[in-house]
Amino acid sequence: MSVLVYTEIGKGKIKKASLEAVNYGKRIAAQLNTSVTAIIVGGDADLSDLGKAGAKKVLKLKNDKLTNLDGKYLAEAIEQVATAENSTIIVFSHDFTGKEVAPRIAAKFKAGIVAGAVDNPVISGDSFSVMKNVFSGKATAVYSINSAKKIISLLPNSFPVLLTDDTAEIADFTVNLDNITSPVKVKEVKKDTSELNLPDAEVVVSAGRGMKGPENWGMIEELAKSLGAATACSRPVADMHWRPHHEHVGQTGVAIRPNLYFAIGISGAIQHLAGVNGSKTIVVINSDKDAPFFKSADYGIVGDAFEVVPKLIQAIKDFKANQN
Amino acid sequence: MPYIVKFASSKKKRQKTLIMKILVCISNVPDTTTKISFTNNDTTFNAAGVQFVINPFDEWYALVRALELKETLGGNVTIIHVGGADSEPTIRKGLAIGADDAVRIDTEPNDAFAVAEQIAAYAKDKGFDLIMAGKETISYNSAMVGGMLAELLNLPYISLATKLDIAGSVATIEHDIDGGTEVVECPLPFILSANKGMSEARIPNMRGIMAARSKPLTVVAPIASDKLTNIVSYKLTAGRTDCKYIDASTPEKLVELLHTEAKAI
Ligand SMILES: Cc1cc2nc3c(=O)[nH]c(=O)nc-3n(C[C@H](O)[C@H](O)[C@H](O)COP(=O)(O)OP(=O)(O)OC[C@H]3O[C@@H](n4cnc5c(N)ncnc54)[C@H](O)[C@@H]3O)c2cc1C
Ligand SMILES: Nc1ncnc2c1ncn2[C@@H]1O[C@H](COP(=O)(O)O)[C@@H](O)[C@H]1O
Repeated sequence: MSVLVYTEIGKGKIKKASLEAVNYGKRIAAQLNTSVTAIIVGGDADLSDLGKAGAKKVLKLKNDKLTNLDGKYLAEAIEQVATAENSTIIVFSHDFTGKEVAPRIAAKFKAGIVAGAVDNPVISGDSFSVMKNVFSGKATAVYSINSAKKIISLLPNSFPVLLTDDTAEIADFTVNLDNITSPVKVKEVKKDTSELNLPDAEVVVSAGRGMKGPENWGMIEELAKSLGAATACSRPVADMHWRPHHEHVGQTGVAIRPNLYFAIGISGAIQHLAGVNGSKTIVVINSDKDAPFFKSADYGIVGDAFEVVPKLIQAIKDFKANQN
Repeated sequence: MPYIVKFASSKKKRQKTLIMKILVCISNVPDTTTKISFTNNDTTFNAAGVQFVINPFDEWYALVRALELKETLGGNVTIIHVGGADSEPTIRKGLAIGADDAVRIDTEPNDAFAVAEQIAAYAKDKGFDLIMAGKETISYNSAMVGGMLAELLNLPYISLATKLDIAGSVATIEHDIDGGTEVVECPLPFILSANKGMSEARIPNMRGIMAARSKPLTVVAPIASDKLTNIVSYKLTAGRTDCKYIDASTPEKLVELLHTEAKAI
């Protein structure tokens, strides 16, 4: 009857979004007097963080068919674990894998799902409700899940990760996928080389058409580096190929919600805001004092980015030097 | 492979007629720039005065790419929508852009699963070669319908496709995965969700708009379905109150505030 949480390894360790999901599962389990079982495919990495995040048990799924992510195999594998564990609640992160697999699991079990949850569920007796963002962050809605089995995919960066000294029991789980086939053939995988995954980043430095051209991104990258931040951009910047498409944030790009978002030379169109207004703190640097983005900012500097950004980089370097 | 059994008849038909049958799922959403509000004590979305459009991912990427494929390979593009009669202007717009015909399943969409269940029930014996959905709706932002359809119809699902080409009965798709992109090959039929990159927007012209009026729009009765979830209440997100301005000549002041006040660095 444990709360099942699907987790993944990325760049050699447990993904941050997975730890958030385990933390989340732990809070649900506490309300229901049960524990968290984490699932991980492969699992040839240090898994101790899963215990620290709140998993009581970790099941390592072994099957050759799970090496490339194909939702068909993975969904079948998770179904087998959920059945063996008799889990009524399954938690995913609302990331690439979650969006691929969670809907399949929901359909398999005919289980109600809240996709992109932003708060802990409120459980009282038979009633189970979860809040999520709707209308691209303009509002939230509380959903009640009416089915016996319940699935939640948690929007990344909704909660900080909390780790304790707890440990989890780690066991292998053999799934049987002999009768499952998928005709999808992977031809090529292109990993983007940036060190930081944009949706995971705590700090994001983003710039727009105000930067005039791709040759001016040096200072944006330097500012990002000084903050340990990921870089992002507005849509026209990606459309003009000044920056790679995966950096495009907004309604039609990636939706992000970092702790801190810098918008430099971005006007603040509503379609841009739709992808970034979940950020905790927003800093806007724009030469036009009437740029709409200032209405959605916590801190603003009216000024020419070409003058302000180099000074800001220096100020951050000074600050970091003072801290050490 | 059960779906080969299920779709065997359509495969035969395809060989005979060489026609690609594409189904594009379109949702009806408030335009991003319109103000939204709720009524009945914040339990109901207030549609009064709201400008509705085809969900951008469904229109720009799924539908337009479907039309491009039809133009080069031959075939038929059907759009399908689950919703009430009030979404017909949106469906007509899809026809004006170039879809050949439309199906409306006449029920209010309760949630992603209810939508998928209705579309699956309709599509299961129609022999579509390709079913396309958008990445997600900009209203309820679930990104779930495509994956659910795949499970319900026992078809492969390629999520977040950014490129799609078809040669013979095999498609090559580039799609976004965690930390990169992947190129896959998949035989027809299958389901995909369309992301930015598939194609560029098309604006319907006068001829398209005129033609749309006489294109077939079939209204289909829904199948019975359970409400697995329901919305209890809504709340508008509180906007940011006041922007604190820092003089352009003293960015160190910003750094200090980000550290002491916002605790962001
Ligand atoms: C359906 C739809 C979906 C869309 N989806 C997205 C999306 O996902 N993401 C997105 O970003 N956009 C999206 N857009 C586009 C959006 O409406 C805006 O056009 C876009 O965000 C503008 O980009 P920008 O702010 O970089 O450029 P501009 O609007 O051109 O703004 C440039 C800004 O830079 C400032 N500036 C100029 N020079 C300087 C300087 N030297 N120093 C400092 N500031 C300077 C200017 O004052 C201005 O505010 C979408 C549009 C539509 C219709
Ligand atoms: N009511 C609907 N009718 C037809 N298709 C829909 C409907 N709602 C969602 N879809 C399709 O499913 C995709 C994903 O929607 P969602 O899972 O709700 O974010 C959309 O981009 C559409 O292609």
